Amino acid sequence: MSVYLLRRLLQAVAVVFAMSLIVFVGVYAIGDPVEILISPDADQMERERAIAALGLDLPLWEQYFVFLGKAVQGDLGRSFVFNEPALRLILQRMPATLELAFGATIMALIVGLPLGLYAGLRPDSPVSRGIMAGSILGFSLPTFWVGLMLIMVFAVQLGWLPSTGRGPTREFLGMQWSFLTTEGLRHLLMPAINLSLFKISLVIRLTRAGVRETILQDYVKFARAKGLSPNRVIFVHVFKNILIPVVTVVGLELGSTIAFSVVTESVFAWPGMGKLIIDSINVLDRPVIVAYLMIIVLMFITINLLVDLTYSVLDPRVRLESKGT
Amino acid sequence: MSGILRRNASIAVGAAAVGLVMGLGAAAPQAGAQTLTMAVGAPVTSLDPHYHQLSPNNAVADMIFDRLVNTDNLSRMVPGLAVEWRAVEPTVWEFKLRPNVRFHNGNPFTAEDVAFTIQRVPNVPNSPSSFAAYVRPIQGVEIVDPLTIRLRTATPSPLLPLDFTNIRILDRETHQNATTEDFNSGRAAIGTGPWRVVQHRSGDRIEFERNDNYWGERPAFQRVNYRMITNDAARTAALLAGDVEFIDQVPTSDLAKLRADQRVTLSEITGLRLIFIGLDHLRAPNENSPFVTDNEGKPLGRNPLRDVRVRRALSLAIDRQAITQRVMEGAATPAGQFLPEGVFGHVPELTAPRPDPEAARRLLAEAGYPQGFRITLHSPNDRYINDSRIAQAVGQMWTRIGVRTAVEAQTWATFIGRAGRQEFSAHLIGWGSNPDGSHPLRNIIATANRERGFGASNRGRYSNPEVDALLEQSLVEMDEAKRERIVQQAQRIAFEDVAIIPLHIQTNIWAMRRNLTHTPRNDELTRAQDVRPAAAAAAR
Repeated sequence: MSVYLLRRLLQAVAVVFAMSLIVFVGVYAIGDPVEILISPDADQMERERAIAALGLDLPLWEQYFVFLGKAVQGDLGRSFVFNEPALRLILQRMPATLELAFGATIMALIVGLPLGLYAGLRPDSPVSRGIMAGSILGFSLPTFWVGLMLIMVFAVQLGWLPSTGRGPTREFLGMQWSFLTTEGLRHLLMPAINLSLFKISLVIRLTRAGVRETILQDYVKFARAKGLSPNRVIFVHVFKNILIPVVTVVGLELGSTIAFSVVTESVFAWPGMGKLIIDSINVLDRPVIVAYLMIIVLMFITINLLVDLTYSVLDPRVRLESKGT
Repeated sequence: MSGILRRNASIAVGAAAVGLVMGLGAAAPQAGAQTLTMAVGAPVTSLDPHYHQLSPNNAVADMIFDRLVNTDNLSRMVPGLAVEWRAVEPTVWEFKLRPNVRFHNGNPFTAEDVAFTIQRVPNVPNSPSSFAAYVRPIQGVEIVDPLTIRLRTATPSPLLPLDFTNIRILDRETHQNATTEDFNSGRAAIGTGPWRVVQHRSGDRIEFERNDNYWGERPAFQRVNYRMITNDAARTAALLAGDVEFIDQVPTSDLAKLRADQRVTLSEITGLRLIFIGLDHLRAPNENSPFVTDNEGKPLGRNPLRDVRVRRALSLAIDRQAITQRVMEGAATPAGQFLPEGVFGHVPELTAPRPDPEAARRLLAEAGYPQGFRITLHSPNDRYINDSRIAQAVGQMWTRIGVRTAVEAQTWATFIGRAGRQEFSAHLIGWGSNPDGSHPLRNIIATANRERGFGASNRGRYSNPEVDALLEQSLVEMDEAKRERIVQQAQRIAFEDVAIIPLHIQTNIWAMRRNLTHTPRNDELTRAQDVRPAAAAAAR
């Protein structure tokens, strides 16, 4: 087990290094942040001062080594735009994104699992066909369009929900969360739905496919023949076995939701990390982009690890040690 | 679809109920008549008024702080923290300061604070775009008495008061060691302005309350919620839903809909931002310009853009009225120069050229291009209102006179770097002027010169010694009437020579609920003190 974890850790460090280098060179290739940040009427002297102030007068490799030197001490640099530590900026906005991503994922499971189960057990009923048709919509409608439609219908036409933004927050575990207030939940609802539509469809399809496959297996027939109640057969024998693919996909999806809920966050003016990263890319705020992607890499590695650990709980045949070799 | 939505809604209601039962539900901030909720389209990056020279930051700085010399909505200078100013000698400006002004924390405002501000401005660490250039001419500061300050410059500086319209005044005692982070956290965001900062959530919103001790006109609202909604469609939707009562940067595609909507009203004013086309003046007449070829795609062996007849033809080919009416939906005015009417240095007879494709073709033939040539027009696609669509319209109009034009639009981050390295033959770009004709002349038209700080944004590298000489003359001319004549003369020469091809000046547009009224500003700043309840404004 510990060998396995150590190996994972080394992998993580290597990927983070590679990532920082790629992003450094990539952002350098896109353009010059000073050209974007500087006031149009700045004269040549002011431009030179700004370039030096942001440390962009050094050759690229030197900038990279300065960055590395500080990074190993836990300093990922200061944002060019906000003049605040990049790491702190990202962490400040993390709760907003986390509650959105978890809200969407929980919704996906609560809605998707029962619907998928139903569609899997009664594949020919009209309701099941309706569910499957709906899931195609969930897959194919673009997020920004659905988001705007939700706003038009529920905020502009009906006036039930606030159109954009995050509600009032409360402190919990040292961070500001909005799901602890009713007004906050009202603000959370639409963006979370928007983000979850794709996931709901995914969970429905995965669950349905799993059920269709498992229900024909010998052990299920045997359980039935044994005289177990249908509920026990479905929720213990079938359900447990279809959960492995669902857990994998939902886990990875959670990661990408946290990392890349950019569209939903900008449509709903949700002050999360996704909005920060897109704003930062627009102005080539390199310290924030690098720090963000490094955090995301770490997060994905952690999630993958958790998914693997969950496997071993769900399926005793999976042994982590042997998997590592 | 609706089944899924309904299901989700009931889940959320359930969760909300759980929150209430657990006693965690908090009261929402009551949006009464005393609170103004506004949404701006560009994020404010810092509350430090000297950290980043950026319009959204300046607008918010205007709410918290004051300047010695303020500008009214037409950018004319009006007394701010200085009640009057005059040049006691050609190289000495004297400012008489406003008495009995206090900072939000009760500290009195004196000449010491002005001296401190002048000293802080060039020394803000890590600033990506500082205000240093505005105080650079100042060689010496002399505090005559607590309410009189004299500023000495090396050469006569007629523009010094205008420079001070860019500098927000800080308190020496409060801000001695204040860092940008202290401002951003709200701790040091203390000025003499009409609003105090209650809370700042970076990139999301700033909450203000009225400064009841403000020396100037009392703002109409008790509190302001200043939100940032960068997505255009979402911002308009928030206004229509009533979540916000006031928005800026109204997208032109929504104009028709909003004009017809009974619940909202618009406020508009001709701005100071010119959209124009810069041309390659860098390559000599007998060199190739990078994106100009003959009709077969082979190098021409000469740079046609150095021939004034070609430049004039390109300008005459453009139907500016069509662009402002169709592409801009009326939210722009065709232009023949940098500044709109009523601004210092505007030249009355430089009107927008009328489209004349026939004359344009004749000029091209005279210049030796009866069959035209090929050119690529580069443009940003995420910077100015409808930028890439304008470029496409211009491309079609140029093609009509035989200059076959390809349009290449790209993101600003890439575009501006390439434009700055003179990689383009023709590029579409914008310029927001200070309200003085010398400002665009100095930055866009003057020969690039690092020592003088001239032509820093002259990306086409136009160079005309005659214009340069007039500009130099205007920068030391203390007689305002004479100075305006010099500035006008320099622009006449530059536009006669088609240094750049002006297209249009943008209209700044705000939208608000019917019960509000707004004084639109030509400098694009969105400030809460310019918004009032409609009834109150009618009574005034």
